Amino acid sequence: MAERDNPPSLEELDARLRAARERERAGRGREERVASAGLGLAMRLAVEFVVGIAVGVAIGWGLDRWLGTRPWLMVLFLLLGGAAGVMNAYRAARGLDDTVGIGAAQRRRTRSEKDN
Amino acid sequence: MANPIEQFQIKPIVDLQVAGVNVSFTNSAVMMVVTVVLITAFLTVSVRSRALVPGRWQSMAEVFYEFIANMLRDNVGSEGRKYFPFVFSLFMFVLFGNLLGLLPGAFTFTSQIVVTFVMAAVVFVGVTVIGFVRHGLHFLRFFFPHGAPLATAVILVPIELISYLSRPISLSVRLFANMTAGHIILTILGGFVVSLGAFYLVPGVIPFAFLSAVALLEFGIALLQAYVFTALTCIYLHDAIHMH
Repeated sequence: MAERDNPPSLEELDARLRAARERERAGRGREERVASAGLGLAMRLAVEFVVGIAVGVAIGWGLDRWLGTRPWLMVLFLLLGGAAGVMNAYRAARGLDDTVGIGAAQRRRTRSEKDN
Repeated sequence: MANPIEQFQIKPIVDLQVAGVNVSFTNSAVMMVVTVVLITAFLTVSVRSRALVPGRWQSMAEVFYEFIANMLRDNVGSEGRKYFPFVFSLFMFVLFGNLLGLLPGAFTFTSQIVVTFVMAAVVFVGVTVIGFVRHGLHFLRFFFPHGAPLATAVILVPIELISYLSRPISLSVRLFANMTAGHIILTILGGFVVSLGAFYLVPGVIPFAFLSAVALLEFGIALLQAYVFTALTCIYLHDAIHMH
């Protein structure tokens, strides 16, 4: 901060402190997230998609082993995993990936748009 | 030409077997110990003077501290402060692991999926536990979008659940893949420099120029991936704490 001839008054400092504390409590400085480089984003989307499928297959495989229903649950969870992968990629692309569940992310998005 | 995969090989240094489980002290473990020792030394020695006007080393330590403190405050809010030690340790461990791995001959433990996955799993389990402790079973409501027809729950809940479970994996794969790919590229380019430069000096200069540029890029990636890993941890933490 630049040196000033007359230091700020105590009231002014107090007001500034209170404003800073308010900002801290809100903790919502996240809107201006750094735009990732194109390659990084592409890589990220690919990973998100593949991981969704992989987790689905793993869950299905595990349930099949446990319940002895091979291969049906794996087929079902492969499809569900594919859907989750698409949703993951969509959420990552739209920046809706910061909450548990897409509904909460969308509600927060509309709320923050209303605020601005 | 050097085998680009060889650098990721785990070599036991002290063979140890505990109850039939191989717990050998490996080259990866050596690098982890070196990393922790270096971080501890850096942070304790640099702030030992506790000067009001920081010196060079102390400012460096303060830059790291403020960087993570600001990240936590911006992403999580003031309640995130009690998780600062964990997030700071995580950041320093990943950052130093990435950077030390770039030293010639050093092993990069962040290029192992096991290491990154365990870190991501700790974050994931911790965040889930915090979510349940703070919000109870209310936490589960987030796996079903508000206002969707109840009949769709059969499909939507498993999809959301898989999406949630894929978080630690995509978090760990991102760090692991970036570090592994970067080190493979560096080794291959280095091999070009050696094999071309051995024939003629001039053509060897071209891959060397590339190698220098990529090496610089890898430093950037090492910093960026440590940042991404920590930033996502903060975002997940925010999620578990403020849930509405």
